[in-house]
Amino acid sequence: MQPKSGVHTFAERLARLQSLVALALMVLALSLLSDKFLTVDNTLNVLRQISINLCLSIGMTLVILAGGIDLSVGSVLALAGAVAAGLLKQGIALPRFGVVLQFTVFGVMLAALAVGLVLGWFNGLVITRFGLPPFVATLGMLSIARGLTMLWTGGFPITGLGPSFGFIGTGHWLGLPMPVWVSGLLVAGFVVVTRRTRFGRYLYAVGGNERAAILTGLNVNRIKLWVYTLGGGLAGIAGLMVTARLDSATPTAGISYELDSIAAVVIGGTSLSGGRGTVLGTVLGCLLIGVLNNGLVLLQVSPFWQQVIKGLVILIAVAIDRASHKAQ
Amino acid sequence: MSNQPANTEVLLEARGVSKSFPGVQALDRVDLAVRRGRLNAVVGENGAGKSTLMNILAGVFPPDSGEVLVRGQPVRFRNPREAQRAGIAIIFQELNLVPDLTVAENIFLGREPRNRFGLLELARMNAEAGVWLRELELDVDPRTPVSRLRVGAQQVVEIAKALAFNSQVLILDEPTSAITKQEVEVLVRLIRRLKERGVGLIYITHKLDELPPIADDLTVLRDGRLVGARPFAATTRDEIIRMMVGRELAELYPRTECLAGAELLSVKGLSLMRPRSRELALQDVSFTIRRGEVVGLFGLMGAGRTELLQTLYGLYPHSSTGEIRLEDQLVSIRSPRDAIEAGLALAPEDRKAEGLVLALSVTENATLASLETTQRCGFLQPARERRLAESWVERLGIKLASLDAPVRNLSGGNQQKVVLAKWLATAPQVLLLDEPTRGIDINAKKQIYGLIDELAHDGLGILLVSSELPEILAIPDRILVLAEGRLTAEFVRGEATEEAVLRAALLGGKPER
Repeated sequence: MQPKSGVHTFAERLARLQSLVALALMVLALSLLSDKFLTVDNTLNVLRQISINLCLSIGMTLVILAGGIDLSVGSVLALAGAVAAGLLKQGIALPRFGVVLQFTVFGVMLAALAVGLVLGWFNGLVITRFGLPPFVATLGMLSIARGLTMLWTGGFPITGLGPSFGFIGTGHWLGLPMPVWVSGLLVAGFVVVTRRTRFGRYLYAVGGNERAAILTGLNVNRIKLWVYTLGGGLAGIAGLMVTARLDSATPTAGISYELDSIAAVVIGGTSLSGGRGTVLGTVLGCLLIGVLNNGLVLLQVSPFWQQVIKGLVILIAVAIDRASHKAQ
Repeated sequence: MSNQPANTEVLLEARGVSKSFPGVQALDRVDLAVRRGRLNAVVGENGAGKSTLMNILAGVFPPDSGEVLVRGQPVRFRNPREAQRAGIAIIFQELNLVPDLTVAENIFLGREPRNRFGLLELARMNAEAGVWLRELELDVDPRTPVSRLRVGAQQVVEIAKALAFNSQVLILDEPTSAITKQEVEVLVRLIRRLKERGVGLIYITHKLDELPPIADDLTVLRDGRLVGARPFAATTRDEIIRMMVGRELAELYPRTECLAGAELLSVKGLSLMRPRSRELALQDVSFTIRRGEVVGLFGLMGAGRTELLQTLYGLYPHSSTGEIRLEDQLVSIRSPRDAIEAGLALAPEDRKAEGLVLALSVTENATLASLETTQRCGFLQPARERRLAESWVERLGIKLASLDAPVRNLSGGNQQKVVLAKWLATAPQVLLLDEPTRGIDINAKKQIYGLIDELAHDGLGILLVSSELPEILAIPDRILVLAEGRLTAEFVRGEATEEAVLRAALLGGKPER
């Protein structure tokens, strides 16, 4: 069996099993409490609803594995979506040449990705070159990106983006919603990255013991720069999907999404201090939160209770994780 | 010298104190007495048990057997606070001050004067702190943040803290290792004043030259045992060294014939400056290592051994100067990456904190420095990694349950072997080993010595840093001695004795008194 980084001991496997067991119990309970739960439609619903968070959480997993944190993903998501929408609707006007550069759907997809990559790279630069703690650096970016979004949109949503753009968010292929395809492919891709590439292995090393990583000759700064860039890029993709789904880029998109993604990562068994955790664990975390939210809606529980319950789930999940580690 | 005669009241005493840790007997029935107004100098090599004894006296942990008596009454401290309340204060090498609080706040930490509303009486606190500082001749405003003070001044603040707490016994652990010569003089004056006040002192050091002005009694520890306890005036320096060292030179694992070849590593004029104090941690160090040669580097704490290895390894590119040549080619090493590419490998002193990623498996740690060779088309090849790890596990005799188990679960000896495996997998030319057998059981030690021998025969050049005299005399072909940043002596194996080596490490190149 191929060794999986960071998930080895029986206790760690047990911790992941706990989330799986919790998920299974939840699914069981909900299918008994509501006959609308265990249907194909609803399942696709859940998968679609977690796609955005999943996209962000993959990036967050990588960043946290390397020992950092990224509070700016919600704002980056908003800016990327807004840039995509703006370029699609209006293009870039070049009065000097008397032309307007129009963008295709593919073009704005690249633009959204680029926005995410650039902002992520900037986070990485501030953290590695100027030595700012990740919390502080990404907190700053959270404000900056949000402000830029406000400026770009002028405070108003950008809507009416057309059906071919909307396909990214609302379309289906082979029966599955497009966001599910996108997040699914990203999961597959990053499972490979974390398990089977040097970069992935080095992430675990840097997050697990940065000093040892330095002495082993790893280029820790370059690894960190890449990881924040990737996180930003994934936020860009998420922004694309949100905008496409809603046919609207709002200046308030993505607010507090970073907290949801951190929640998913933590529930999925990744340690906030770095060096331990998996992408699949994060998928489990997203599913848990998604199923929980879905169930509470089906049972017509107030959405405010959803917030309370989500918070409790985080506390319980991390407490169990801690306890199983102390037991080692 | 103390004015007090040798038979004043015993303030603090250890009787028959023993303590063991997994795998090592740190103290074996040791006695120690601290008398009013007198300073008891405790000397011994690294690992002799000095720190363990002090920790017991200061309440950090209890002895396994034996008693500790305060003014004749047996006590059993459950924590350092109880020891403090009994009047015993210890000033560690790593000072225990809160850097961002002021001098006065540190002195009264936990015991701040408060008014009847429970609020802090800052004026009173500062005034009282001022009284102590004047008493101790430290000309500093009590409202200064401690971080702004020099280490020597910080030390005085710690002493003030201990005195403000009515300490009657003060334990000073290597107090002069991080302060300047002038500050040492201030400390000597301070110690005299403390003695006048009737405070009993314990002074741990390996700098024997510091003792004549201050020591009244002497205690020598060796391998956890008490070797000698007598008035300082009744000993000579040679006698002290002999007591510190005198043991049968056990046959650990003698090296086979050294087949040293061409010059491999040449270091010229290596100097390293400490940024804060602008003092030189290394001064003009030059040496060579030949192919197939094991060169030992001996020095006591603070001599600069680890700094030497780290400087060679590129960790201080901006504050070091000197020339490094590998196979007669000048190399520029400005980062660990450069060092590795030049063919160096460093097994660090603290294997858990610097040598391994504890959460990762044996395989992952063993291959961490050589993933470029096992990967294919950008993807890791677990099968190849496994084979690499397995081959090293076999060659080094690493005992483990599974290659996938986290390294955290292995014993110290096996962990060290994993560190070595990681580096040997990069096929280095020069292996830098920083205390490779520290904290390892005797069998694993022997295996590592055997490995060093094999590697030397394979043509590697090895620099072995060690503070263990038997090891440094048995294993390396040549022994370099470092004291206070300078190379003070070089011996060939066979012509060195423990005394000679220790003398070179203690006297640090100063002229004989």
